[in-house]
Amino acid sequence: MPAVQETIDRVKAIDVDQYKYGFETILEVDKAPKGLSEDIIRFISAKKGEPAWMLDWRLDAYKRWQTMQEPNWARVSYDKIDYNDIYYYAAPKLNAAPKSLDEVDPEILKAYEKLGIPLREQEILAGVEPTNRVAVDAVFDSVSVATTFKKELAEAGVIFCSISEAIREHPELVRKYLGTVVPVTDNFFATLNAAVFTDGTFVYVPKGVRCPMELSTYFRINEKNTGQFERTLIIADEGSYVSYLEGCTAPQRDENQLHAAVVELIALDDAEIKYSTVQNWYPGDANGKGGIYNFVTKRGDCRGKNSVITWTQVETGSAITWKYPSCILRGDGSRGEFYSIAVSNGMQQVDSGTKMIHLGKNTTSRIISKGISAGRSQNTYRGLVSAHRKASGARNFTNCDSLLIGNQCGAHTVPYIESKNASAVFEHEATTSKISEDQLFYCMQRGLDEEEATALIVNGFVKDVIQKLPMEFAVEAQKLIAISLEGSVG
Amino acid sequence: MAEIAMMKTQAETALADLFARSKSLLPGDARSREDAFHRFAVKGLPHRRVEEWKYTDLRALMREVAPLAAKPDAAAIEAALAVESVFAAAEPATIAFVNGHLAKADAMPDGVAAVSLAQALAEGHPLLSKLGAVSDAEGNAAYALNAAFMTDGVVLHVTKRVEGRVALRFVTTGASAVSTATRVLVVVEEDAAISLLETHESANGLAHQPNDVVEFVVGDRAEVAHVRLNAESDAALALSTVTAHLGAQAAFGSRNIVAGSGLSRHQVWMTFAGADTKGAVRGATMLGGSQHADTTLVVNHLATGCESRELFKTAIDGRATGVFQGRINVAPQAQKTDGKMMSAAVLLSEEGTMMNKPELEIFADDVQCAHGATCGELDDDLLFYLMARGLPRPEAEALLIESFLGEAVEEDLDDAIVGEALMGIVEAWLKKRG
Repeated sequence: MPAVQETIDRVKAIDVDQYKYGFETILEVDKAPKGLSEDIIRFISAKKGEPAWMLDWRLDAYKRWQTMQEPNWARVSYDKIDYNDIYYYAAPKLNAAPKSLDEVDPEILKAYEKLGIPLREQEILAGVEPTNRVAVDAVFDSVSVATTFKKELAEAGVIFCSISEAIREHPELVRKYLGTVVPVTDNFFATLNAAVFTDGTFVYVPKGVRCPMELSTYFRINEKNTGQFERTLIIADEGSYVSYLEGCTAPQRDENQLHAAVVELIALDDAEIKYSTVQNWYPGDANGKGGIYNFVTKRGDCRGKNSVITWTQVETGSAITWKYPSCILRGDGSRGEFYSIAVSNGMQQVDSGTKMIHLGKNTTSRIISKGISAGRSQNTYRGLVSAHRKASGARNFTNCDSLLIGNQCGAHTVPYIESKNASAVFEHEATTSKISEDQLFYCMQRGLDEEEATALIVNGFVKDVIQKLPMEFAVEAQKLIAISLEGSVG
Repeated sequence: MAEIAMMKTQAETALADLFARSKSLLPGDARSREDAFHRFAVKGLPHRRVEEWKYTDLRALMREVAPLAAKPDAAAIEAALAVESVFAAAEPATIAFVNGHLAKADAMPDGVAAVSLAQALAEGHPLLSKLGAVSDAEGNAAYALNAAFMTDGVVLHVTKRVEGRVALRFVTTGASAVSTATRVLVVVEEDAAISLLETHESANGLAHQPNDVVEFVVGDRAEVAHVRLNAESDAALALSTVTAHLGAQAAFGSRNIVAGSGLSRHQVWMTFAGADTKGAVRGATMLGGSQHADTTLVVNHLATGCESRELFKTAIDGRATGVFQGRINVAPQAQKTDGKMMSAAVLLSEEGTMMNKPELEIFADDVQCAHGATCGELDDDLLFYLMARGLPRPEAEALLIESFLGEAVEEDLDDAIVGEALMGIVEAWLKKRG
């Protein structure tokens, strides 16, 4: 059966022509010349004041990248990208290393204000102290412009800074972990990122520390013809816990812009990392003009025993999404979770999913994916669940549902389920979510009308995802998550 | 990585030589065979980087090419057919092939006209225009190779509801390994119906290379029940393809039982071209040793209101590998489609492997499609239950495996005699497993 009206209305409300973050900030910028070459990489590295080992790492990646081919297996199509027609470095002109927000260009602060991202700690602290505080790393084009609550976090021993700063201040940690989850030569876009990444976030949570507040990074692409290549590295040492959220937006433009990020998560023994994304890059207009190409490699390594990595994503933006947040379940008893809602409108193309690679004993994983396509968009779930020979007792449950609104769009499911261990139990299902008559009757008997009863049951149905979102995001994403998948096609 | 031209493997070179030597000796138009071979040759043997062959790397697995089997003499035919057919109890009207050549044919029941493929090709039989009705298969390596090498087979024209069963029996025999390529075309006219049993047999030990294609063109309101058994040599490399082009309000069922072959790949293309048709594809695969069995299925829903059911069960013992790849495509106009695809595998040993890829590709908004895939070992609770009632472990396991496979083997099969014969094969496999 077709989608219910309520769902159609909700999806319409976030259609591509409703994009709220399409404004542009006029700034003086510092740019590298257009194009990609060793010189540009040297330029970026010098701008960042990087040590020699980092430059060598980049140059090596660049060499490898030149021998690689762009992947074409995803169910997306786009004109060939001219990698020499992109600015690889664009930074707002700042005073060298602003010491406080007062030194940051007020235009940038205004931009974040418009986006509703609190950068001023005192504003947050004034009045009643909210129960949920969030530390923010704000990345504007190629650089991190501000990081909040650093001091308070440092007291707890948590390192939260831009990756450029981490390379300078904590080289031993960066060298130990960078590129160990997503190797330099992992794939075309990851290798490009390794060569040219300009900024990103670094988090280190020491042994036994529960990070005192939510951490977040807010990515904003502003400048024309630039690519954003950020790199995030999060390390949760033994027995620690951290919840991290990222958000992203970009101005409305007719040209496509490239965003090729790499995110690496490392969870050691008994550590837990919760990584949430609300992806809202500019999706292009209704005819598919403009928009961000979001080609991202995200991977978590449950390196220690009983470690946990949870990916939660709400995807509504980008002209093209190519991203598969994955978990390598290496430690015995480790757990990987992936919760995703991807809504595509207009001419958007989404090819997203996850990989759960079971290597250790008694590892468990869970995948809940909901895709909604409307307009003339294409929405693909692509996922891999695999158990290696030694992964005895591995357990996976996958549930992916998709819903189409109108007959101009497409929904696709491409799951790979590979088992090399008899005691691994894998279940994959994609079911039609019908509301049961019994449940409806039960609710209505207690005085709810049919609509309320339906809403209640649907909310229960999606609670899997909503419960995993940090509070701040839950508010932002609630409406999306509450979308009914009644009429889903499997 | 820069685009590099693949070196021709030994098998690819051997295939090209074999084709050059045999093309003038094969029946029918040499031109269309050349086109078919060209379609194969441009891409060569498919390998793991070709998505549809990801889990069955033919380029790596097919090292040598066996010579095309010659037509056997009368004594060889008699010896080959002396072994009783699995479906003997069903008393079908049988057309038997030995080494890919027509050997013996019973009189066909009323409503069925049979012409050997060799004859049809030589004469340019008008029904041959129906070959390739499911055009998606054309570029497929196994299908193209069959089109290049097909030696014989049969064209069955079904014009009525046929009483009784028709069997196609393919036996490969001889002292050394041979390759065979047979093609069967079954054209079922409007309102007609047929029950077709197909068996492929060869004695263990020799690395035969059969490549078989059966094409169904099913008219409006027609009915087809098709059962296929792979009982090839444990060293055989068996490629098989079934295509079905279905009209409106028809009913089509095809099931494939794999009880043999060292390496097998069974491909099914089912296209719903007319509205309100029901199609079901099932498969049961029993694997042990180092066997590798691949089932690849593409269901195309092009018309409204059709129902498709796909159920595949795989039991894996030893170091064997099972592969299931299935895709349901729903075209924008195919509203009210109801498609369900399920693959379940049970791993009976530490070293077995199962690869599942159940895909959906949907362009219509008012449809119901579901797919599922499971993989695991036998349920401990169930085993305990049976053993608590006095069954020794091997028997309890056998009982559970039998009921697991049974769903795909005999469910919805309105033919008790055939069902019994098939379950006999499952029992024999379980016995051998011990």
